[in-house]
Amino acid sequence: MDIFIQQIINGLVLGSIYALVALGYTMVYGILGLINFAHGEVVMLGALTAYSTITGLLGLGVPLPLAALAGLAVAALLCMAVGYTVERIAYRPLRGAPRLAPLITAIGVSIVLQNGAMMVWGRNYHAFPNLVPERQYDVFGATITLLQVLTVLLAALTMAGLMLLVLRTKLGRAMRATAENPAIAQLMGVDVNRIVSLTFVLGSALAALAGLMVSANYSIAHYYMGFILGLKAFTAAVLGGIGNLAGAMVGGILLGLIESLGAGYIGDLTGGFFGSNYQDVFAFFVLIAVLVFRPSGLVGEKVAERA
Amino acid sequence: MAAAPASAAGRAPVSAPIPARVWVAYAGLALLLALLPWLVGGVLGLGNAWLRTLNFAVLYVMLALGLNIVVGFAGLLDLGYIAFYAVGAYMYALLASPHFGLHLPAWAILPAGAALAGLFGVILGAPTLRLRGDYLAIVTLGFGEIVRIFLNNLNAPVNITNGPQGVSGIDPLAFFGVSLAKPVVVAGITLLPLAATYYVFLLLALGVVFVTLRLENSRIGRAWVAIREDEVAAKACGIDTRNIKLLAFAMGASFGGVAGGLFAGFQAFVSPESFSLMESVMVLCMVVLGGMGHIPGVILGAVLLSLLPEAFRYAAVPVQKYLFGHVVVDPESLRMLLFGLALILVMLYRPAGLWPSPLRKRELKRSGP
Repeated sequence: MDIFIQQIINGLVLGSIYALVALGYTMVYGILGLINFAHGEVVMLGALTAYSTITGLLGLGVPLPLAALAGLAVAALLCMAVGYTVERIAYRPLRGAPRLAPLITAIGVSIVLQNGAMMVWGRNYHAFPNLVPERQYDVFGATITLLQVLTVLLAALTMAGLMLLVLRTKLGRAMRATAENPAIAQLMGVDVNRIVSLTFVLGSALAALAGLMVSANYSIAHYYMGFILGLKAFTAAVLGGIGNLAGAMVGGILLGLIESLGAGYIGDLTGGFFGSNYQDVFAFFVLIAVLVFRPSGLVGEKVAERA
Repeated sequence: MAAAPASAAGRAPVSAPIPARVWVAYAGLALLLALLPWLVGGVLGLGNAWLRTLNFAVLYVMLALGLNIVVGFAGLLDLGYIAFYAVGAYMYALLASPHFGLHLPAWAILPAGAALAGLFGVILGAPTLRLRGDYLAIVTLGFGEIVRIFLNNLNAPVNITNGPQGVSGIDPLAFFGVSLAKPVVVAGITLLPLAATYYVFLLLALGVVFVTLRLENSRIGRAWVAIREDEVAAKACGIDTRNIKLLAFAMGASFGGVAGGLFAGFQAFVSPESFSLMESVMVLCMVVLGGMGHIPGVILGAVLLSLLPEAFRYAAVPVQKYLFGHVVVDPESLRMLLFGLALILVMLYRPAGLWPSPLRKRELKRSGP
């Protein structure tokens, strides 16, 4: 029983990180209908920038909480700048081009960011400093660390803030209008280009936060970490129904839970034939099953097929 | 420059007599292809590494043409295509290596690998028939990853794929008792193994080109294009969209399977690392960059994208030494960086690909302002 609860806790932590990244995918998809393949690399940039800032400041004798906040701020700013630039250079000129063209530039951007990061930070794994005192709590026989509590709380607060922004503010209404129909939104006086830029900037800030969280929780930062994370987050976005904010959150949490429960129990279920190294397979199998039986995702409304 | 032959091909109906200059161009191309190993090895003095690259370029041409059937003709975005390449490669590796102690001949394995890959294509295609566009992309992506993860982990409790270490010591390709691992003597000329392999690959690639060219103008090919343009309308016209789509998956996959078998025999070693998502993406880039659905364009894309990173690799160190006096950045990451930039630039300036099909060009012109 305590293993079950432990896996649920791990799944929630992982899931809230997926959810943050998935929001970046789903916002862009909702507005542009574009898979921003480079989003995972933005997460990686956020993690590595935070790593450099925090270790640098700690070396100067800055107290830990201040260094952590500064790390997050610098990472968020850098990621926002990168997100903005990427949209301007690689995606905006291709609006209205054949559908696969922006996908290829996205892949190109992803390769550029990854190898650029490798030049700056090298091929090595960087040990991420502990941001939070190591404190543990007992919950029904399972342990949860302070870091995990903070991760889930911070993710939940950020997502609540985003929902407020999208549902309650003028900017959010403009975003929803653009997602609904860019041409009509433009006629109603929405500056569509500005909204698209803002969407990328917002998504990148979330990515920076997610990057910091991943690295803090797994104590590692690496130039290649963005790729598989991005893939999982995109899977989560599709699982929930891509283009749908609530869907991205639900999908993210669900994927995190599926992965950690799957990895925890697959050994027992198959009599030891498959081990936890099949964790990724599990996630993808669920994804395929959902898509085949409910192609619009769990939360997504029935949309006309996008060819 | 590249556009001129395309528009000529577009204007000429299938049955029209082919003008003499086209024949001359074909003859020149054939001569170039035939002499290429000597040009690379002897005249340019580039050595064996480039001959290997050349062989891989030909393999990639086969792969890209196979994917072109699925993505270019039928319009089904497949991000897990490399899985079929993996199936073909592992089929060869397991049936002709010391791993299981089996040493079946290549002529038996390659068709079997193609058939098995085709079967996998149907397995992937069947549940995804209802999906379109990006959803199909993510399911195929997941499928590709699943295949790779299984290859990576099927070494315990029963060792089938030997896990991450991969299978080594694979038998070299051999046809009619002639092994491609030793120098081959044909009509008094001695061909080194790499050159001999090149000719075998080239022949098979030409076979693939021929088949796809014939497919393109066939009833099936036109059905694929009809589905790509408008699936509902295609169905209304009496096309059995389900079977035709499955056929696209199966045919594309079987080409990938053959290429995979050749890869295993050529490389003598396979491991799951060779079949990552990045490889699928690479092949897709070849198809899109060259010009989706246009066979000469796809060939161009495959050749360019397989040669370009290698060219960057060789240029990275000397150019840096010349500019700065020493190596400033890691050449490996620099070449990938340049490659990524090249992808972005080409798409920005030629969004329909380097050599788009004339049909597509006409459409773009008509729908433009």
